[in-house]
Amino acid sequence: MSSLFEYTLRLGDDSLILGHRLSEWCGHGPVLEEDIAMTNIALDLVGQATSLLNYAGEVEGKERDGDSLAFLRFDREYKNLLLVEQPNGDFAITMVRQFLFDAYRKPLFERMQNSKDTMLASIAEKSLKETRYHLKHSSEWVIRMGDGTEESNRRAQEAVNTLWRYTSELFIIDELESKMADQGISPNLMEIEDDWKKTVDAVFKEATLTIPKNNWKQSGGRNGMHSEHLGYILTELQYMQRAYPNMKW
Amino acid sequence: MNELSIDKLKSRFQEKIDNDIKIEPNDWMPDDYRQTLIRQISQHAHSEIVGMLPEGNWITRAPNLRRKAVLLAKVQDEAGHGLYLYSAAETLGADREETIDDLHTGKAKYSSIFNYPTLTWADMGAIGWLVDGAAIMNQVPLCRCSYGPYARAMVRVCKEESFHQRQGFEIMSTLANGSPEQKAMAQDALNRFWWPALMMFGPNDAESKHTEQSMRWKIKRNTNDELRQQFIDVTVPQAAMIGLTIPDKDMQFNEDTGNYIHGPINWDEFWEVVKGNGPCNKDRIDVRRRAKENGEWVREAANAYAEKRARRKSA
Amino acid sequence: MSKKEWPLWEVFIRSKAGLNHKHVGSLRAADAKMAVVNARDVYTRRSEGISIWVVESKDVYASDPSDADSLFEPADSKIYRHPTFYDVPDGISHM
Repeated sequence: MSSLFEYTLRLGDDSLILGHRLSEWCGHGPVLEEDIAMTNIALDLVGQATSLLNYAGEVEGKERDGDSLAFLRFDREYKNLLLVEQPNGDFAITMVRQFLFDAYRKPLFERMQNSKDTMLASIAEKSLKETRYHLKHSSEWVIRMGDGTEESNRRAQEAVNTLWRYTSELFIIDELESKMADQGISPNLMEIEDDWKKTVDAVFKEATLTIPKNNWKQSGGRNGMHSEHLGYILTELQYMQRAYPNMKW
Repeated sequence: MNELSIDKLKSRFQEKIDNDIKIEPNDWMPDDYRQTLIRQISQHAHSEIVGMLPEGNWITRAPNLRRKAVLLAKVQDEAGHGLYLYSAAETLGADREETIDDLHTGKAKYSSIFNYPTLTWADMGAIGWLVDGAAIMNQVPLCRCSYGPYARAMVRVCKEESFHQRQGFEIMSTLANGSPEQKAMAQDALNRFWWPALMMFGPNDAESKHTEQSMRWKIKRNTNDELRQQFIDVTVPQAAMIGLTIPDKDMQFNEDTGNYIHGPINWDEFWEVVKGNGPCNKDRIDVRRRAKENGEWVREAANAYAEKRARRKSA
Repeated sequence: MSKKEWPLWEVFIRSKAGLNHKHVGSLRAADAKMAVVNARDVYTRRSEGISIWVVESKDVYASDPSDADSLFEPADSKIYRHPTFYDVPDGISHM
């Protein structure tokens, strides 16, 4: 498997799975305006997943397109972060998950605009505009929840406590990451982590939220070892393609 | 105000309507005009919002990425349209929250079609093609309705909805031209949604108690039966074109008028569904109510934060 | 705890440079910042705008329609405000 293929899958799967999670909110949002906002973000993510997985298919060169990659792989072949597959929970879990992800995605895409891989650079450029808005939206909500009512603060802090364990995976520099960085294809994750920390610190400070002391970390998604949740996502996501193979829709 | 001046206001009001001058929020209007509009606009808004659910049901199971994105965009539009309409109702003094509470308590109605379940992917096609098709028939004339904010909301809605029906028909025609399973799925969806779609236009003119007054006020521009006939006449040939059969063995073509005459509609079923006895009435309202309850702390948090910030600013 | 609804905001959108902001509708938001973000999602889903204004609906002071006669009819008689009031000899252009 080529490194570029697998690296592109990581990016594409993050968008695909988080887009899936957000679209579960459709029609269930806390207020109509927010339903529209979350669907917008879901749409952006599905769009990113389409570009990235189509490109991954091209890179692979085995006549798989974005759809066959999105719908017809086995669970171990999905390379998304554990963070993005976590269940929606309440609105606090959803928005904190979104914020932790957006704060990582924005500096990633900023730097990826200079990737030696021109296709990734151009996808990053387009996605960055969307991601800036996502981050603005999720930061605003984290601040409002954290510095809102007693209940919203408690829920937001619980969400942070629940999700914090999945954040170190965002910055693990494994063989693939370092190879891509050496080739000038992917940005340096250490720099991105710095940016991420700055954003998280600033927003949490305004939101009066604290970073949990328990620092035990979970990882595995990048290598295809997922939580139990992914299986259910795939059951829904793949239902039509598995039940009615080889048809046009 | 004495009787005479109310009569004068009423006749001036009707004169404006007869001359196609729009009524705007602060203009004088008879109370029953206001109440009828509030009822009609909020029913329409509720239909958009409840209408998100049967389609939202298939977003996570859409068969490919393109269909998923289109469906998401469509359901999102429906949320937007609900919002435009609630806003239009608010210009008449109908508070959104109270309007929504009326939906949750069953006091307010919404389109009966959304109380039918979406069982297969083909239902996304049938809803876009038939339900949006029927909705467009209803809505296009409303762009000329006498109440300004409603008319303007409808212009926006119609402009945005132009793709909704097309995407539905595209799904149906793809399925109808696909494998035998796909074709059967399409026919099955048509069978289930055809009659409820015809019922969307409401009871026969003879049974429709508000029609006459609403037409005089130009908040309804065609009768239920006229619109239903228009819908049937354009839809029957479309079904034939993609090789699907309209599930009405009594349907006849009238050579003289060029109309397709439908068989008897099961109005008992219609009224039962309106009363709350459809297959999904309870589920739909439960979901909406839960969304509101679960969102309460979120809305309060935003309020509390806004208040704190305003206080800090003024301090 | 307050169970009040978010306030109502009127939304104005500039569809492109050189045009006025135009009223497009309203929405609910807890504060101005959120109103702008919501307006972006609600009213510019099809790239309808490049700039958004929001004003809390309660801050809009409107003219009374029953005063319309006294407010607007006097202008009808000031035809000298309209260019067609003036005779310009034939052959003069760019005016």
